[in-house]
Amino acid sequence: MDEARIRSALVEAMRIAATQLPTDVVEGLRAARERETSELGAAQLDAILENVGIARNGSIPMCQDTGIQTFFVEAGASSPFLGRVKAWIEEAVVEATDAIPLRPNTVDPFTGSNPGDNTGRYMPFLNWELVDGDEIRITVLPKGGGSENMSTLRMLPPGVGLKGIQKAVVEHIVSCGGKPCPPTIVGVGIGGGADIAMKLGKKAVLRDVGSAHPEPAVAAFERELLELINMSGVGPMGVGGATTALAVHVEVAHRHPASLPLGILVQCWGDRRARVLLAADGRIEVS
Amino acid sequence: MKRELTLPIDETAARELRVGDILYLTGKLFTARDEAHHVMLETHEKGETLPFDPAQMALFHCGPVVRKSNDGWEVIAAGPTTSIRMELFEDRFLETFRSPIVIGKGGMGDRTQAALEKVGAVYTHYTGGAGALAAERIERVETVHWLEELGMPEAAWIFDARDFGPLLVTMDSVGGNLYRQLEPTIAENMKTILARIEG
Repeated sequence: MDEARIRSALVEAMRIAATQLPTDVVEGLRAARERETSELGAAQLDAILENVGIARNGSIPMCQDTGIQTFFVEAGASSPFLGRVKAWIEEAVVEATDAIPLRPNTVDPFTGSNPGDNTGRYMPFLNWELVDGDEIRITVLPKGGGSENMSTLRMLPPGVGLKGIQKAVVEHIVSCGGKPCPPTIVGVGIGGGADIAMKLGKKAVLRDVGSAHPEPAVAAFERELLELINMSGVGPMGVGGATTALAVHVEVAHRHPASLPLGILVQCWGDRRARVLLAADGRIEVS
Repeated sequence: MKRELTLPIDETAARELRVGDILYLTGKLFTARDEAHHVMLETHEKGETLPFDPAQMALFHCGPVVRKSNDGWEVIAAGPTTSIRMELFEDRFLETFRSPIVIGKGGMGDRTQAALEKVGAVYTHYTGGAGALAAERIERVETVHWLEELGMPEAAWIFDARDFGPLLVTMDSVGGNLYRQLEPTIAENMKTILARIEG
């Protein structure tokens, strides 16, 4: 395995994520622009779309907050590269920070110092999932601070039911106003436990805008929640308008009888992501 | 109303701006987040002179990505940061330095609103995340202050901008506040939403 080749593929994925907004998100933004009746809201969407075009054409980051480099690794249990993936990702983050460039965004909570290369204790963060097979699929999600600050956990009493979940999500997103840079993608994690609900919510924002959960009941719940949020009138950037959220994605785990954990993960319009596939024979695909 | 403005502007011109105006600025902007606000206020309190005059420029809540180039600096991305963090000291800052236009995102609180009314200034909202668009409209980095001490995002960068916008005036000098104007509508919509959930 040529290690330089996999590192450069990972750097390329981080470059794609920072500079090219995925097509599904761009299409969602364009559809929102067509629907928008508020003049001020429409001006915000126009500026976002113009910005996205400039970033793509110039291969420059679309936002100065290039985020915390967060990775989701679906690791095939029989891949020959399992033991090296972590080191490759860490080295690629250092290289990408200089090459793209990315803003140095990792700060020591105790000393305030910043190593300057987007690494540090637990950083970059890797979410591991062991799967069957010999392929490793890596997704990078550079998560910005402004929207992450609006993410939250509620431990609801189970008696409030699905209606209680809808109420909590809508009230929270509306209370965020323009702070998370709407129109947002709202990841909702239900069940499991406190940490699991948050993790499911973050995983949910990886899904394509416009995609539906495979279970019809969950998909219907997603559509209803999206409609409810967009009835609020908060609008693009909180200046008023028809689109406050581009999508609501729900992921569900079974819960303890006494618990109804609800993770609300807020993703700004810049739902940046890119993928690297690493096959057992050394073949690499970046998308 | 769409307005193209060339900085510096005086207090009278700033007092004419109203909520809903969309501005495109040509002239000098300086960036200041939490740390630059502190350093500038401390410098003033020690009786020392600042290396630039904030009254002649727009104050931009921004932590840019900037790269060293052959003949100086190149702005890669420079969108706005969340302004409410600066609420703690923005009133003192504006009363001391009298910048006529503040650029940020998300809006600010009552203390800043009062300061805008007092000094004759506006708060403008720049599209969050539009860092590449902003960089395109910044023609040149004039200079940077406190880079060593504060680091890239927190330093005070002085930018020469052209047609920098759209900047939506959301808080003005006569008490106008777009966020507050929206509140009754959103509260009314929430009632409808909650009724539908319960229904």
